[in-house]
Amino acid sequence: MRATFYDLINRNKWKTFLFIVVFSLILAAVGYLLASVFRWGTGSYVLFGLFIIFYNLVLYFNSDKIALLVSGARPADPHEFQRLHNVVEEVAIAGGIPKPRVYVIDDPAPNAFATGRNPKHATLAATTGLLSLMNRDELQGVIAHEISHIRNYDILLMTIVGIIGGLIILFRDVFLRWMWFAPRRRNDREGGGPAQLVLLLVGIALAIIAPILVVLIRAAISREREYLADASGAYLLRYPGGLAGALEKLGAYSGKLRTANGATAHLFIANPFGKDRGAVRSNLLATHPPIELRVRRLRSLEIPADGGKPA
Amino acid sequence: MIGWIILIVVAVLVVAFIGIYNSLIVIRNRVRNAWAQIDVQLKRRYDLIPNLVETVKGYAAHEREIFEKIAEARSLAVNAKGAADVAKANNVLSDTLKTLFAVAEAYPDLKANQNFLALQEELSGTENKIAFSRQFYNDMVMAYNTGIEVFPRNIVAGMFNFKEEQLYQVPTAEKEAPKVSFAR
Repeated sequence: MRATFYDLINRNKWKTFLFIVVFSLILAAVGYLLASVFRWGTGSYVLFGLFIIFYNLVLYFNSDKIALLVSGARPADPHEFQRLHNVVEEVAIAGGIPKPRVYVIDDPAPNAFATGRNPKHATLAATTGLLSLMNRDELQGVIAHEISHIRNYDILLMTIVGIIGGLIILFRDVFLRWMWFAPRRRNDREGGGPAQLVLLLVGIALAIIAPILVVLIRAAISREREYLADASGAYLLRYPGGLAGALEKLGAYSGKLRTANGATAHLFIANPFGKDRGAVRSNLLATHPPIELRVRRLRSLEIPADGGKPA
Repeated sequence: MIGWIILIVVAVLVVAFIGIYNSLIVIRNRVRNAWAQIDVQLKRRYDLIPNLVETVKGYAAHEREIFEKIAEARSLAVNAKGAADVAKANNVLSDTLKTLFAVAEAYPDLKANQNFLALQEELSGTENKIAFSRQFYNDMVMAYNTGIEVFPRNIVAGMFNFKEEQLYQVPTAEKEAPKVSFAR
């Protein structure tokens, strides 16, 4: 059945919501476990928890500066990059947001990213490779994808996800520390019985899989938001062809971005290490879905040349 | 006991009522803002045209007919009043611009001129901006019309006379594709 823009967008938003719920439940479970077995000095751990929140907030408020610095971006001169500025302004108008600041990265690898905590403080960067590879329609598609990230508040979302993930790991560490250093105290207290034992086993299981789950869920959320940015971008332009064509060209390019970096990789439209090319099924650890699947979803929105009846 | 419950229910209703009313004001103002933004882009196009005409004249001075047509269409658009007339006049202007670019195809020196290329990109960009600002306006109208029609917001909307807004629509006569004539 051929999908509509609205179908794709709703599906992705729903999936993101589910992942956040699961993530929060895991956090709650680990936290509850901790509260029920942990007796002494919570002071230092509260402090550590606050540090995690503070650290992520600092990252959030400076995400644009950091991303620009790491990737070696420079402000795009309006005369030299007239077409880029025009395209960004067009799509910003379509999206009803102020025009983001436009930057350029000198690199033959075609790529682009958007960052900034909300639409009022947004920044967008494109590589010179992207500008020479794409025609105007395809460039417009890429920019629409990036501006959709801004409109969908994806930076804020990934920050919250980072905070929850950090807290889960923290709780798990605390729990393991307690387990390791206080086995005797357990026996001294009330008999415990089967309930305590079950709680303990659940705790151990969670402690082992928690970090794996955190990584998997964070990656899954990142992939869903990439699909959502594709769908939102196509909706913004009322035209999926530009972005689909751009992704196809990106998929064919085999090089790596010179300033590719693990910390900023998830911000780019295509994995700067080239890991999403040639993949056919979603790698569970990947921040980006395979390009082929993204193109397929976008093309499924198109009306076939023969006018095809809607299914 | 009953007294407290009634009080709470009334309080909730009042808060909800205020919330709905305020949200209707917000989405209606978005529609008005979006409408005004279209004019901003149209004006930008009017301002770009004289420069473009001068550049083309530098290479194709004898194409007098098209220059006159553009000047006329531009003047009509600038002076048009009322949404329908402005829309119609601008569609005519779009058509004359397309003819101008078609004419320019015959002059390779002109096509290589950096100034001309920059202006062409500007105009192309402006055409897109006009289209997107109209699209955005329609998005805001859709949100607003839906907002005042759904239940229970329609109750508040009815009480304060929130009226439906008109979507931007292309005047029917203009829906035909423009005929680009290469005849001299």
